[in-house]
Amino acid sequence: MKITVNVWRQKGAQASGRLVKYQVDHVSPDMSFLEMLDILNQQLIAKNEEPVAFDHDCREGICGSCGVMINGLAHGGRLATTTCQLHMRSFKDGDVITVEPWRAKAFPVLKDLIVDRGAFDRIIQSGGYISAATGSAPEANSTPIPKENADLAFDAAQCIGCGACVAACPNASAMLFTAAKVSHLGLLPQGQPERKSRVFNMVATMDAAGFGGCTNIGECSAACPKEIGLHFIGRLNRDLLSATLSGGTTAD
Amino acid sequence: MAAALTLNQSTIGKKAIMAVTGIVLYGFVIVHMIGNLKIFEGPKGFNEYSHFLRVVGEPALPAGTILWVIRIVLLVSVVLHVRAAIQLTLLDNAGRPIAYKKVQRKQASFASLTLRWGGMAIFFFVIFHLLHFTVGSALPGYIEGEPYHNVVSAFSNQIWAAPVYLLAVAALGTHLYHGVWSAMQTLGLNTRRTEKLFRGLAVASGIGLFAGFATVPIVVLLGILQ
Ligand code: SF4
Ligand code: FES
Repeated sequence: MKITVNVWRQKGAQASGRLVKYQVDHVSPDMSFLEMLDILNQQLIAKNEEPVAFDHDCREGICGSCGVMINGLAHGGRLATTTCQLHMRSFKDGDVITVEPWRAKAFPVLKDLIVDRGAFDRIIQSGGYISAATGSAPEANSTPIPKENADLAFDAAQCIGCGACVAACPNASAMLFTAAKVSHLGLLPQGQPERKSRVFNMVATMDAAGFGGCTNIGECSAACPKEIGLHFIGRLNRDLLSATLSGGTTAD
Repeated sequence: MAAALTLNQSTIGKKAIMAVTGIVLYGFVIVHMIGNLKIFEGPKGFNEYSHFLRVVGEPALPAGTILWVIRIVLLVSVVLHVRAAIQLTLLDNAGRPIAYKKVQRKQASFASLTLRWGGMAIFFFVIFHLLHFTVGSALPGYIEGEPYHNVVSAFSNQIWAAPVYLLAVAALGTHLYHGVWSAMQTLGLNTRRTEKLFRGLAVASGIGLFAGFATVPIVVLLGILQ
């Protein structure tokens, strides 16, 4: 396949960027999108040009680092698929593909397609954990958890922090990510003691990072490679509002 | 710090204010629409209903008490709703200072993407509507206390009136098509189990209110009510 890509090139955080057109020949339909970018970079290196910088690590859809906007859709828009798991067979010979970095005030571009997702780390640091004495692992069945809660908590815990929800949201809101992280601990018995302070602090950090608000449009969930449901945002709202109405910062 | 995070300080809290005031206004438009349909009872029934709204609660309460309580609740709701909308819109726009060159949507509906434009259209329409039928200054030949006459004369003599009203109630229907479900989600009342119920309520509200409100200008235009 021959593919034409319009890639966002930007030398550094302060530089201004632009879309640059490249032709990539010899693309196999079995390649992943990132492998197609690898081929492009080989071409650029051979010509002594600067390769396109993009984030990647696991290349198997579990680390969350590879997200880019492909033709205006986060991760290319395929159901439950990260950019590294998107195959070139999703495109046709001769296609022109526009590749841009995530766009959000809270995710500044560092170089080309790489953005700084540190705002997500700060949200986690402000409450996405359980303060507990560590030691040897307790007997698993000593804390009974209803099956439904365990399943839901697991659904939420699948979030890989890729940022596609923010990228796809018309408001650049981080509600789906924050909802997943608040819910996966809030659904489990171990998460109860810090449930109120967790939701307060994580939402405060989210707001302070400069993400927009949620208008319940649903683009986040549709773009999410882990199919985190919009109902988790409802749960986050419920947690925050009930914690606000009942006052206090820790669970009673 | 955490304790100080009151409703108005978080985006979620601002939206909760928006949702609660939106539900108040939603309740009002439902009652308003049902009231409008009393026009089919003829001049006597409709004028009496309108009079009843102005004197309800008397003489147990001083004249106009209930009318003014309702008006104040509505006014406060509108102010808080619009205030939250402006604050949130500014925050949301600031969330993405650099736009994508290319954007596609997978999920967004026309109603959800136009919520703010529809809200603005409704806001300006309401001001005009009050001048038209409550104050009367936008309607030549307005007669205080004769709403039946005023409605019929407006839609039959002012050629632009019916299209303006139809567009406005279409904007209202579209606003609620997304807004009703969105309010439930924002207040955390929506769960996986209620999802279909609230989506259905929102769709039914949007379509039902549009149809109900559109009926009066249409029947007057067709000459069915004179
Ligand atoms: S919620 Fe989904 S889209 Fe958002 S960061 Fe987590 S995995 Fe990515
Ligand atoms: S590279 Fe790890 S999810 Fe794509």
